[in-house]
Amino acid sequence: MENHREEEALLARLGRGEEAAFAALVDQLQGRLYAFARTFTTSPALAEDIVQETWLAVIRGLGGFEGRSSLRTWIFGILVRRAKTVASREARRPEVPYPGANGHGENSGEEWDLGYGRRGLWERAPAPWGLEDPAAVFQTKEALEIIDQAVREMPETQRQVVLLRDVEGLESADACNILGLSETNQRVLLHRGRARVRRALDRYLQGQTDLAGPLTGSARTRGERS
Amino acid sequence: MNCIEAIDVMGDAAEDRLDPSCSAGFQEHMEECPPCATYYEQLRITRLALQNLDPAAPEAPARRAELIATFRRAFGEKKN
Repeated sequence: MENHREEEALLARLGRGEEAAFAALVDQLQGRLYAFARTFTTSPALAEDIVQETWLAVIRGLGGFEGRSSLRTWIFGILVRRAKTVASREARRPEVPYPGANGHGENSGEEWDLGYGRRGLWERAPAPWGLEDPAAVFQTKEALEIIDQAVREMPETQRQVVLLRDVEGLESADACNILGLSETNQRVLLHRGRARVRRALDRYLQGQTDLAGPLTGSARTRGERS
Repeated sequence: MNCIEAIDVMGDAAEDRLDPSCSAGFQEHMEECPPCATYYEQLRITRLALQNLDPAAPEAPARRAELIATFRRAFGEKKN
């Protein structure tokens, strides 16, 4: 699925009914779809249901898939529609909260608000990580767990944007379309999400909690963050 | 370009989709502002790391089998 030709070949195999191709597609995307489904519900079981319903819808729709978007974009778009249906159904049951319903906390824990702040000043300059090989960051299990944790702690819309744009590599326009976000909003959420992960990595790599960040208007009004 | 303006476009720069009209100003700021240069480098590494995440789902062999069976019914593998 990494390029157009591979995707065409995969679609041809699926169209011929090759089970191995379908099974490989499921295995490739299952974890990614599940992580994305979890942004719509706190319930692991419900997230699994959403993913399962997504795949069933994929099977139903595959014959009519015209390739106007990538297969991955199409499948993630289906998941959003399934998730909204399932979540609205479940929202009537008070015991299963739907965290996406209120979008709370989108602004919490940020280092800055874009476009605000004191010109050209850093509260404290970030310390370089001094990595000989930047790949070391994402080739160790511990660092990947730090990143994974930081992503899971994001407010849901921020997490949706980071998953679609950076983890899945979707184009900006596709992510906006799937999530119903404006380009500007998506850009801010992505920036905040990346900043959050950077901060978690910084904490891990520096072994410190007192973190660098630009001195911004909101940081000043919030005062010292612990 | 000042720090705030540079930070505003760092995400685009990390994706190699910086607006050409900003490119020279951004490069200039990176050369003259070590904190922003460090921050930018860390954002680039962060993005690379996110691209390497491979989230896992709970093992669910019965659900997987159901999907493959459904696929088989829908597309029916054509034997040669």
